[in-house]
Amino acid sequence: MERRIVTRLGDGSAVALTRSQLREELEEGTRAAATRARVPELRADELEHLLDIFASGARFTAVDIGDEVVLSFDGTGTPQQGSRVDALVQYEQCLAADSCELYHIDYSYKAVKTVVGGEQQAMKEAQERVIIPVHYGAQPDLGRYSCPDGPCGNWSELLPAMHIDEARAAQEEAVELAVEDMVHVAGALFEAGADGLNFDTAGAAGDADLLATLLAVERLRAAYPAMGIMVGMAAEVVLGTHGELEFHGTRLAGLKPEGQCRVAQEAGATIFGPAVNVNTSRSVAWNVARALTFMKPCMDVARIPVHANVGMGVGGVPMNAFSPVDAVSRCSRACVDILKVDGL
Amino acid sequence: MGSGDIFGMPVAHAVASGMNGLRAAGDLVARLEMAKGMRLTEAKRTVADALGVGVDELADPLAMHEVRGELRLGRVFEAETTYPHDPSPQEAKANIRALLGLA
Repeated sequence: MERRIVTRLGDGSAVALTRSQLREELEEGTRAAATRARVPELRADELEHLLDIFASGARFTAVDIGDEVVLSFDGTGTPQQGSRVDALVQYEQCLAADSCELYHIDYSYKAVKTVVGGEQQAMKEAQERVIIPVHYGAQPDLGRYSCPDGPCGNWSELLPAMHIDEARAAQEEAVELAVEDMVHVAGALFEAGADGLNFDTAGAAGDADLLATLLAVERLRAAYPAMGIMVGMAAEVVLGTHGELEFHGTRLAGLKPEGQCRVAQEAGATIFGPAVNVNTSRSVAWNVARALTFMKPCMDVARIPVHANVGMGVGGVPMNAFSPVDAVSRCSRACVDILKVDGL
Repeated sequence: MGSGDIFGMPVAHAVASGMNGLRAAGDLVARLEMAKGMRLTEAKRTVADALGVGVDELADPLAMHEVRGELRLGRVFEAETTYPHDPSPQEAKANIRALLGLA
């Protein structure tokens, strides 16, 4: 009888599977992504390596010495640490962070615009106290521009009512407003000393959300040639909530990580972060195989560093705010070993 | 990386695959990736050349702690090992910019 190995489901709960079952999970995960994204499955040797990682009984796993990668963050600090800048110092001095991020708890460029002066002051203080790179991060968050939170029509209500043209017009209006807000906030924070800007969960509200991000990045790159710009995605497929939007001739709806990476670097980003969401009812092994299969093609087209998103609920990491380190470390190592990413 | 509690997310990733930040030379490699869009292999090579060390030493806290002190690039300290004469963060970053040719 095969030994059962404690592993995790996508919600973080423990489950015991045999090595044979883990192999099946990995094979099904890569097949699911390959079918969905029309990309190659992981190779047999890659699946075998993943199996060794997941079939180990060790509490923790890690990359080989010498294979370490840069860690970038979206959201650095938690209230127990004291002030936001205190938290950044602790990340530098106590947590071995390669970089850190100043952020507002209302993680949206639209919201930050109203308090940007205070954020600039916080960035100035952070730059006076921290040596590692400090970037500023928030989300494009296009949904905030639709009523009742914003001035534009609500495409989530217009689309089910079959008001397609009105829904598209509302999104196009929202794009214009969002671009102005992102350019304003990002420019202000860069001028206050930020080492870079992070556009986190780009495309969360669909193709219009991603278009707004790309247009903002393009304008910022032209205005600030030395600005570090990270574009982190929201999902493995860009939803076509508009459906007809293009960036330099590339239709945004339906883009997978490879296409997302192409448009991000074309816009002027210096770091691209692919994101693949977790299925909480499948195993972490299944989710990691699926995520790696989705992300792998973008490694071939990337001219800029690729930092895979491996936070809560993405990249195979369980959808739980208090993820077990046995699962997180396996996801971390798998991304580095299989994808050869530039960072996480 | 992503959100989650400190032990489960940044600590786990840092131990599993990170470059050790200011404890080694992770922040220097990060600067080249972020500011110049330099891929990891090239960024590691550039930092190693600038520091006069091997690429394999970049994440080694013992080797890098000494180099950082000599080049005045800033470093971590702890209760019984303090560096009151080390540069301030601003001075350290000016030295880093000069070392790596950053704007």
